[in-house]
This record gives sequence, structure tokens and C-alpha cells, in this order.
Amino acid sequence: MAKHHITTTINGEEAEYLCEPQETLLDVLRDQVGLTGTKEGCSSGDCGACSVMLDGRLVCSCLVLGVEAAGKAVETIEGMADGENLHPLQQKFLEEAALQCGFCTPGVLVAAKALLDTNNNPTETEVRYWLAGNLCRCTGYDKIIRAVMDTAADMRGA
Amino acid sequence: MNEQPKQYKWVGTRAIRPDGVDKVTGRAMYGADLALPGMVEGKVVRSPHAHARIISIDTSKAEALKGVTAVITAADMPVADSKPVASGEAMINFKDLANNVLAREKALYEGQAVAAVAATTAAIAEKAAALVVVNYEVLPHVIDVMEAIKEDAPVLHDDMFTGGVKPKPEKASNVANRVEFALGDAEAGFAAADLVIERKFTTEPVHQGYIEPHAVVADMNPDGKVDVFCSSQGHFMVRAFCSQLLHIEMSKIKVTAAEIGGGFGGKTTVYLEPLAIMLSRKSGRPVRMTMSREEVFRGSGATSGAAMTIKMGATKDGKITGAYAELYLQAGAFPGSPVGPAAMTAFAPYDLDNVKVVGFDVVSNRQKVVAYRAPGAPISEYGVESVVDELASELGIDPIEIRTINAAKEGTQAAYGVKFGTIGFQETLDAAKATEHFKTPLGPNQGRGVASGFWFNIGGESCAGIRVNEDGSISLTEGSPDIGGSRASMALMAAETLGVDYHSIKPSVVDTDAIGYHFVTGGSRVTFATGMAVVEASKAAIDELRARAAKVWDVDVDGVVWEDGHAKPASTNVGDFEPMSLAEIAKVANKTGGPISGHADINAKGAGPAFGTHICDVEVDPDTGHVTVLRYTAVQDAGRAIHPAYVEGQIQGGAVQGIGWALNEEYIYDKNGRLENAGFLDYRVPVASDLPMIDAIIVEVPNPTHPFGVRGVGEVPIIPPLAAVSNAVAAATGVRFNQLPLSPPTILAGIAASK
Repeated sequence: MAKHHITTTINGEEAEYLCEPQETLLDVLRDQVGLTGTKEGCSSGDCGACSVMLDGRLVCSCLVLGVEAAGKAVETIEGMADGENLHPLQQKFLEEAALQCGFCTPGVLVAAKALLDTNNNPTETEVRYWLAGNLCRCTGYDKIIRAVMDTAADMRGA
Repeated sequence: MNEQPKQYKWVGTRAIRPDGVDKVTGRAMYGADLALPGMVEGKVVRSPHAHARIISIDTSKAEALKGVTAVITAADMPVADSKPVASGEAMINFKDLANNVLAREKALYEGQAVAAVAATTAAIAEKAAALVVVNYEVLPHVIDVMEAIKEDAPVLHDDMFTGGVKPKPEKASNVANRVEFALGDAEAGFAAADLVIERKFTTEPVHQGYIEPHAVVADMNPDGKVDVFCSSQGHFMVRAFCSQLLHIEMSKIKVTAAEIGGGFGGKTTVYLEPLAIMLSRKSGRPVRMTMSREEVFRGSGATSGAAMTIKMGATKDGKITGAYAELYLQAGAFPGSPVGPAAMTAFAPYDLDNVKVVGFDVVSNRQKVVAYRAPGAPISEYGVESVVDELASELGIDPIEIRTINAAKEGTQAAYGVKFGTIGFQETLDAAKATEHFKTPLGPNQGRGVASGFWFNIGGESCAGIRVNEDGSISLTEGSPDIGGSRASMALMAAETLGVDYHSIKPSVVDTDAIGYHFVTGGSRVTFATGMAVVEASKAAIDELRARAAKVWDVDVDGVVWEDGHAKPASTNVGDFEPMSLAEIAKVANKTGGPISGHADINAKGAGPAFGTHICDVEVDPDTGHVTVLRYTAVQDAGRAIHPAYVEGQIQGGAVQGIGWALNEEYIYDKNGRLENAGFLDYRVPVASDLPMIDAIIVEVPNPTHPFGVRGVGEVPIIPPLAAVSNAVAAATGVRFNQLPLSPPTILAGIAASK
């Protein structure tokens, strides 16, 4: 089957790739584009490790086809820091030890940023429900929730 | 040991982990993240049957498919002897391991690998896997542990006769082994009791649930050298197992540890690695293999489901006089459940005179169990801590008080054999009692549960290298895969010992060619054992640094001491020399003998046992049976917390895995022995919205055998939650369920039955 030539924007830069019609955006990002920061934990939309932003919307990239990204803007974990400057969430996750193995971390960070971009004063319950689609088996979520809340507080204060 | 706690500059701080930036920016390379030029993708063909004889395998159609580079079956693998071989601290039967990796005569569980293919794309490999024709004779199967021990149960291995019983049984059965030990006389203990409680409990099998599926890239050269890159809890384990299974010399296999996306014991064995090597050999190309989540659930890991009887007696003032446990644990398809540690840990938190424990290792048609965080202990201690709670409530004694009355302390003879040294169980009880949580009143339909837990912790083989670079920075090498921040702990201990800035140290987990053998990252051993190696390597480097300063000053090395990162004259008699910093000594190393380093290759002994005590508040919805965890406090003796934030993280994460085990998680099989919930939607691990904050309280009763007092911390926290949750549910509902998980249907049925 002929591959599709897709033109899209990834982390602010124009990008092109060839993909099979059945290939997921997750596979394309990892195998064609070489952005392996987006992780595969289940490929059924249950774990959130593959979270990316698609035209400003938080999605599981395992549930999106590569061809669907045509003409859209994709943001991944690799685009979160501004050069050497980490995003405040990334910095706070390091300071508060909000990661252990680190495998769920890219997806958690992408999802948490999506929350703080629209709500910089979430309650603990709002953070917990927002991140309910991001499984973490190491931390028990405690330090993740605290890091997100503390980042929000810093951003409000700034 | 010093009476006063030492004040440390680096140990005990919450430094940012050296691998942190890689992990928050997506740069860190996990098992599936490596792509090599010319790489092909491998795929496993798995048994659709719980128990079936393999009559034949026809690979011709798969081999003929365009893009397929190799197809393998057990016929491509050497036949292994059925005898246990020492591998680190574990005894491995490589015949069983070989059959688990690739079934030879029989498939013993749904999801067992029977063949594997490699092809130029994952899609072709999947197509090829479907073209492998396996002709099966389906056999009767058995899953449940109590079903499996019945006289007429289908027998998995017709050459397996129960070990540990005399005379040797005449008939093969599914009971692989019987273990027993006793202290004093349990029956006499019950006779002396005012109250004896005997209960039966069941727990369901659960999976470790690491978010990263198993993944490997293997590349075999035509000259027989093999490079393996994979996610595991021990790349030396991967090297040893692949060497043994495939008859390749260890020196020819180099394994590089990928970053590991969780393991919890589940990555202490091999599944894909030997297959990838065989496929690479046949393909002549690098091969990548990754499991899908479904394959992880069906074909890997998991721990035992269990059934048990716990009987305990106490006097009316709460002194436990006798204790008996009978434990039946599923091993899965091959012998080797954690019934041994389950039996040993069952009553270990208590100072008892009369104990008897009997345990049975039972095979059934499930995947071979593998370690899961404190293997066996959560199961047996769940039963014991439930009975202790019931004793307390029947006798009208506070649950912390009854544990205090019976708590093991220094000098206690544990029934499993050891006499405890310095331990901190009582300190965890005191800290739990002092919490505001324990004193807070509860509302309607709410209940509070308390439970404690014990785990041995282990030491084992570890190595470390300290290289003092020319500019005075330090390269620290070790070989324990870092699952939860251990690089930071290693660098903190090296910084403290050397007296240098933490940030000047770069720790690396290096490959199997670059350092000596390490036992796996498991048994809560890395901060203890690899930490000990790091301290010894640092001390060896200090000795060399002192010798170099002595050379510069032209004095005897005994006249030079090391303080705060500097060589100094031991006294004014030695001479009047300005202290030389580590960096100053490094700068002139070429004039004093060349590069400076320190190394340690050790087998660490003296791991400190650890204890924890948890408090859990729940609210039970009487209409739906749903249990909400309202508040949770976990107290644990860490000996010394090298990096308190990551110690808290271990405690919080372990507690939540235990909560999942108690409330949601279970394997559900259909009547054909096929798993019905092989995905995160139906196998429900706790999510953020299920939980409150987990208050972690670290108690520090230093382990006298470790230079900084470290005890292992990773495993204890998964033990208490099963009973803490279940005791809380009992308090909230007035019903003792004695079975896990406490899912809504179970709760509703129990409440209805009690009315």
C-alpha cells in the first residue's frame, strides 16, 4: 500500500513524514520522526504515557492516526523546555522528586501543562481527575499532584 | 556505632537526581527507544490454550512471507538440564526457564511463547506470527490454587513429585514443594490462650503493572559476539540467563541497561531477550522486540493468588501465645512461588514463643510467577495482620497497643531462624500512635485500619568505581539499574565520603563489560549494597589520594589524613603543609603516579530488616459497595534515608500498589483458562483520582552494618496496606471479608449476608 506524505507542525517546526494509513501518531513520532520521548504503555488509551497535544487538545497519540496530524500542530515532551530552560513543571518535578522510573513522566508533564495552560489555580481534586488518565505505578501520585499544585502556585505568584 | 546521629553535608538532602533532566525532557532511553541501522522487528507467537500438548509447529508459511527474516521455535534452542543452578542468590531451574521462554512439549498457560518471528516491519512480523501453524492437543487445565491440589486435578508436570515430604510421594501432583518450620509448640501456645481465632483467607493474583512493557534490542555478530540493550532489573542477570539458555560464553554477551520503566520484581527474569538473540543470529540483523500491554498481562510476571489459614491465640491482656499458618501459593506453570518468604515473614513482626508455619508451592495453568515487591510477604502478612486486628478488637485492646505488647525487638528470636539485631519496629508503632491522623474522629460509614509489615532486605554482589578525573571531577560507575533515583543516592554517599560537591560527581550505570557482576536491583538492596560498594570505592580512592599527597610532601602516607575533601598532615610533627584539595591532587596526578581511582567489588552482608506501620481510613458506600480511601499514613524505619524524597516516594508508591491489591486488582479467567482482563481498562490499577495524599513518615533506626545506617526501603511499604485497608473496611461495615480484592460486588454481598 502506498504511504501517505504528511506535512504537519511538530513542536513549532514544520515536519514531513511518510506513513502507512493504519500507523498511529505514536508510532510515527517514535519510529519515523525519532521523537521517542512519547512512550507506549498500552496502545489502548488507558495509560496516558503517549499523551501529546494536537492543535491544543490533549490526546493519547496511540488513538490518533499519523495521517490525522496533517496540517495540524503536534506538541510533544521534546518541545516543552525552551532550549536549556526547563518548563516550570519540569523543574518542579525534579525539585520535588515527582518521578521515580520516569517512564510515565513525559505523558504526565504534557497532560499537566495542558491543565495549567487553561487553569492556573486547580484544586487537588481537579488535578487528580485531570491526571486520572495518566497511570503511574511508582509514585502513588502524591508527589506528582503536589508538584503540579506547587507549580501552579508559583505561576500565579510570578 | 556512634550514639549521636552524625551530621552529614550531603546524605539526607533532597538533591536533584543526576538523570533527572533526561527524564523530564524525553531524552532518557528506555528499552524500546533504541533503533539500530538494519534493525528488524520481532514478534512472539503465543499459546491460545491454558494447557495443551504441542503436536507440531509448521513455520513454512510464515517463512515464505516477504519481509520475514527469521522464525524460531524451541527446536532452535539448546535443551536445558532440569537442575537448579545458583544464579546470584536465586536458584534457577534452566529447563523451566527455557520452557517458559519458549514452550517445547506443552503449553502450560495461555500466552506462553511457542514461536517467534522477525520481519522488516512490525506489521509484517505480526502477519507472519499469525501464519505460524501450531497443532495443539488441548488438555484439561486448572487455575485456582485449591483446585490444583485436589486429587483429580489435571497434573501439569507428570515428573513432579512433592518435595519436602517423606517418603517421596508415589504419584505426581501439582504440589511442587512443602515447607515447614516451627518455634516452640504452637498447640501448647493455643492451650495457654484466653482467645483463639482461626480464619481462612484468599487473595487473587496481581501483576506488578510497570508502565513500560518489556523491550529489547539484540544484535549478534557473525563472530558470535552479542550486544543486548534492554529494560531489566539486572543486566548481569540478563547476561547470565541468556548465556545459560543459549550456551554462549558470558564474555561474548554485552548487556547495556536501558533506563527501566518500572519493574517491582517483574523484570528480574528474561522473556524476550533470548528470543531476540536467536532471531538476530538467524536474521543476521539487529532485532527489536517489545511486548504489547496485553502480552505483558498474559505472558509475563504476576504474583501468586493464595489461600491460607491463620490461627492465633492471645491472653486477655493481649500477649500472643501461639500462632499457626498454613499457606498455599500459586507458582504458575513452573515451581517457584514465593511461599518460602511468605512463610518466613508471616509472624516476623512479633516476639513469639510458639509458632508453626506450613507452606505449599503449587503449580497451575497461569504464567510463571516472578518476584513482586516483597514476594509472598503481603499475602501471608495480610492474613496475620487481619487476625491480629480481630484479636485486638475482641479483647478490647487498641490495634497499636496489641502490636506494641508483642513487637519484635533487638534480641527477638524470629521463628524463621534469625535473632534480630537493631530494628525499629516499635519506633514505627510509636510514630504511628503519635500522628494526628490516628486521633482524628471518623464519620458514619467510615472505618480505620492499622497494619504492620516486615521484610528481610538483602545485600549481595555489587561493584563500584570512583575515577578522579584530571580536573577533580568524579566519574562514578556502578551496575545497578536505576529504577527510582538510586544514582542520586550513590552520588550523595560518594560526595559525603570523599568530602566533595555532589554536583562534581557523575554516576553512571555501566554495561556488563565495564564492571563486575551485580545481583539484580531487587530485595531492597541497591542503596544498601551498591551504596556500600560506592563507599568502599570512595575510601579506596581516598587512600590513593592520601598516598599522592604524601608523595608531593615527601612524607609517610600514615602522616596524611583525609578531611573534608582535603589531604592534611596528621599532626604538626608531619610537617607544615597547606592542605591539598582533591582537585589539586588530581591536577598533579601525572607527576605522582598517573590516574587516580578507587574500586570495590563486594558481596554485601548485614542488610538490616525493616518494618512499617500503616494507618488507613476508608468510607464504604452501603448502596454501591464502593470503598473510598479517605486518608493514609505510612510509617517506616529506613535506617538512614540517604535521599528522603525518594524514600518517601518508595513508601508512597508501595502503599498505593498495596491499596490496588486490596481494592481492585485481580486476574479474571474464563472457563477455558483464558484471561479476560488483559488490559489497564479492566485490570484496574489505582489512578490519581482514586487516592488521597499518602503521608509518609520516615523513622531512622540506623543499620549498624552500613556506613551510613541504610536499611532497604522499597519492599516493606507494599505489605501493610492489604490488611490496613481490609481492617478499615471491617471497622466501617462491621463485616470481616477475609478475601481480596474488596471490590464493590464483594462488599455488597458481604453486607447483605451479614444482615
